[in-house]
Amino acid sequence: MARTEKKKDVVLVGFGWTGAIMGIELANEGLEVLALERGHDQATVPDFQYPNMIDELKYGIRYGMMEKPANTTVTIRRSLDEEALPYRSLGTFLLGTGVGGAGTHWNGLNWRPMQSEYRLKSYVTEKFGAGVMTEDMTIQDYPMTYEELEPHFDRFEKVAGISGTAGNINGKIVEGGNPFEAPRSDEYPMPAMPSTWDGVKFRDAAKAAGYHPFPSPGGIASKDYKNEYNMQMGPCNHCGFCERYGCYNYSKSSPQTAIIDALKRKKNFEYRVNSEVLRVEKSTDGKTVTGVTYFDHKTGEEVFQPADLVILTAFALNNVHLMLVSGIGQPYDPNTNEGVVGRNYAYQITGGYTLFFKDENFNPFIGTGANGFCIDDFGIDNIDFAKEGFVGGAYWRAGQTNGQPGHTMPLPAGTPSWGAGWKKGIGEWYGHAMNIGAHGSVMSYRGHYLDLDPTYKDRHGRPMLRMTYNWHPNEIRQTQFMKQKMEPVAKSMNPTTLQEGFKKEGAMFDVRPYQTTHNTGGTVTGDDPKTSVLNRYLQSWDCHNLFVMGANTFPQNTQYNPTGMVGGLAYWAAHHIRKDYLPNPRALV
Amino acid sequence: MRDIPGLPSRRGFLKASAATAAIAGIAVPAKAEQKPEPVALTEYKPDCLKPSEWVFVMAAVARLIPSDGDGPGAIETRVPVFIDKQLAGDYGKASDWYMVGPYQPAASPLRGWQTPLSPLEIYQQAIPLFDDWCKTTHGKIFAELDAETQDKALTSLQKDEMKIKPELREFFGILLANTKEGYFSDPMYGGNHGMAAWKYIGFPGARGSYKEWVGKHNVKYPLGPVSISGERG
Ligand SMILES: Cc1cc2nc3c(=O)[nH]c(=O)nc-3n(C[C@H](O)[C@H](O)[C@H](O)COP(=O)(O)OP(=O)(O)OC[C@H]3O[C@@H](n4cnc5c(N)ncnc54)[C@H](O)[C@@H]3O)c2cc1C
Ligand code: SF4
Repeated sequence: MARTEKKKDVVLVGFGWTGAIMGIELANEGLEVLALERGHDQATVPDFQYPNMIDELKYGIRYGMMEKPANTTVTIRRSLDEEALPYRSLGTFLLGTGVGGAGTHWNGLNWRPMQSEYRLKSYVTEKFGAGVMTEDMTIQDYPMTYEELEPHFDRFEKVAGISGTAGNINGKIVEGGNPFEAPRSDEYPMPAMPSTWDGVKFRDAAKAAGYHPFPSPGGIASKDYKNEYNMQMGPCNHCGFCERYGCYNYSKSSPQTAIIDALKRKKNFEYRVNSEVLRVEKSTDGKTVTGVTYFDHKTGEEVFQPADLVILTAFALNNVHLMLVSGIGQPYDPNTNEGVVGRNYAYQITGGYTLFFKDENFNPFIGTGANGFCIDDFGIDNIDFAKEGFVGGAYWRAGQTNGQPGHTMPLPAGTPSWGAGWKKGIGEWYGHAMNIGAHGSVMSYRGHYLDLDPTYKDRHGRPMLRMTYNWHPNEIRQTQFMKQKMEPVAKSMNPTTLQEGFKKEGAMFDVRPYQTTHNTGGTVTGDDPKTSVLNRYLQSWDCHNLFVMGANTFPQNTQYNPTGMVGGLAYWAAHHIRKDYLPNPRALV
Repeated sequence: MRDIPGLPSRRGFLKASAATAAIAGIAVPAKAEQKPEPVALTEYKPDCLKPSEWVFVMAAVARLIPSDGDGPGAIETRVPVFIDKQLAGDYGKASDWYMVGPYQPAASPLRGWQTPLSPLEIYQQAIPLFDDWCKTTHGKIFAELDAETQDKALTSLQKDEMKIKPELREFFGILLANTKEGYFSDPMYGGNHGMAAWKYIGFPGARGSYKEWVGKHNVKYPLGPVSISGERG
């Protein structure tokens, strides 16, 4: 029944951020490249066009741009002895689908991890002693250095089109930027975006408290811009329909605005939509892969696509699932602490203060996905773990992203959730509230991992991916520390009233409210095949012609949104595939 | 003025027409943007709700977002129409969700939607149970109770004092969520009639273009809303 297609040099599984980067870099090398994308085709015009995109119900509430759980989902449990249940309707994270993937509807907050994060385990043990780590903590170093990655971060930022103010150029601290950032070789490609009133108020309060505010770095164009592939962006309109939406204005960094049209013009590049990869096929000796089998939703048949090189670019959770269902690498077992695939899954911990100002106007509908000001004074490099009793850090940000009233309506505690009191509350408080958020790291632990579910199957009959995850006391201490530090800053702003939303001791992972789509780990990169799935070039230890991109490569989650790192790592891997692997295909380590 | 039980709309209609007249008078000189008034809620033929369900939804949303006080209520903004249309479509059928067993509807609420029922099925099964409970507890079905008792009954439902079976546990939550969705969504979905909810809170709807306003700090944005289909308010 399976059809076999003509062999390609390279097949990419998924056509989002990492698929687009790998696509253009390897097509520029002259290879025959095919991207298989499970979802539909989409482009700024007509799919993200004004005014149809400005529709909160369709996209913001019913998640019109996301992968439907009916098609793909995971099961979730909070501990080894709990039964995992399917994530049936969307809440805590939102997976992308279709051309551009989650890169179309992300916020655009773009970061490079702090310097300690690349060698976290060594940093922690050298500086504070191994005793500051909890016994079950399984953090490890990245197998490459920041210095090695720097040119690739720079490249991704210039391709994606990031606006921001540099704080450290080649070791020289620049006023107005983030003084704690790792040294960068160059400025951001565009100046920082202007901020709304909430961000400016926070900036002033943070400065008064002795902290070091800087504009949020984001993939939101502050001016007209052209990148190395001759792709153009136009200045952002602050439309307030950014996160969860495609940009109608060619202003948000996305595979579409940065890469895809240039890539489509190449004769040696092809992409097929509605083509969902079911598994990677191994050679008989298991030392290489021969291609992938995908389900063609147009014809309803399975297709074998042979290729010399297979690259997984399907988003973190999907990449791990594909490795598990393809039987590549040893699945992780938390009981013996052996095996690697699925190991070191992590997430992001967030908390914050909401401040209400009776007499001030924030116009919350004016916003971008990456609006406002940040501080990094409580970043991971700046905390004494021995003194504070946790490992980790967080960046803080204030900057409204939207005022869509159906899902963004902060009200003071005690306001009734319905009836006359609620109606009065929305009339009084809409437009008079702002938020300061802490966006914190999550370490990896022995009991947090991904494997295949024993009960639930997807529509192709494959076992679903099972996630075992809960809030760990280390992260609760971290987030409570942030609360304690944030409270005086929030109070110094003299709000009419304020309230906190930080996780407390005993907090259980709740799948209902949206938190972040910063799922990390599962096929981590490392120096040792016993504790990693991929070597330093993101090449599979098991099959040398298989490379795996995405945040699934992170040994633990950083304190930042992942995509700056994901993009930097993709350029790093692309560089080494071009320079080292293609001339002599082999295990590079 | 007290609305008729089950048809809590008399006052609402008055308010709605006054508001519409005001918009037409001030903001829109040309007749072009004016839409014909939609069919009255009392005449509306639901796409999926049965008459008893429609009566319940009309009465419940009238308490969840009442018409008195500042700002429009759920009735003037035609929230019941929105709910009927949503329940008749993909949302009501849970078409986008993973709805394959085994199910554990009694699992901790933190674990999300775990009932085998779709939102429409929940409305269909929970409304008669809740009406029965209202009858036993308060002597009449929900729509026939006075406003104060209706509020009490809804509070009991929210606190699950009737111990509804776990399969129907999400009923109050989705009823309230759908009511607010209908209040705030673009009018093309049937609710937020005349963009009245947006005008009340000061949300400019689908304008989506504020480059000049980013730097105007702490100054109230002056323009009224527009809708996706081009209505102006
Ligand atoms: C609402 C939201 C906001 C976000 N905000 C930020 C932010 O501000 N900053 C930040 O750094 N990150 C943010 N992210 C995360 C960011 O979008 C991702 O890190 C980034 O898109 C990852 O790139 P990727 O290539 O790994 O995956 P994607 O860009 O998601 O691309 C993966 C593609 O693979 C396809 N695919 C999956 N499985 C298969 C299969 N089996 N066969 C074929 N195709 C398949 C998918 O359909 C998808 O198109 C956000 C995400 C969401 C959802
Ligand atoms: S806020 Fe700016 S970048 Fe974001 S979707 Fe709107 S116009 Fe595009």
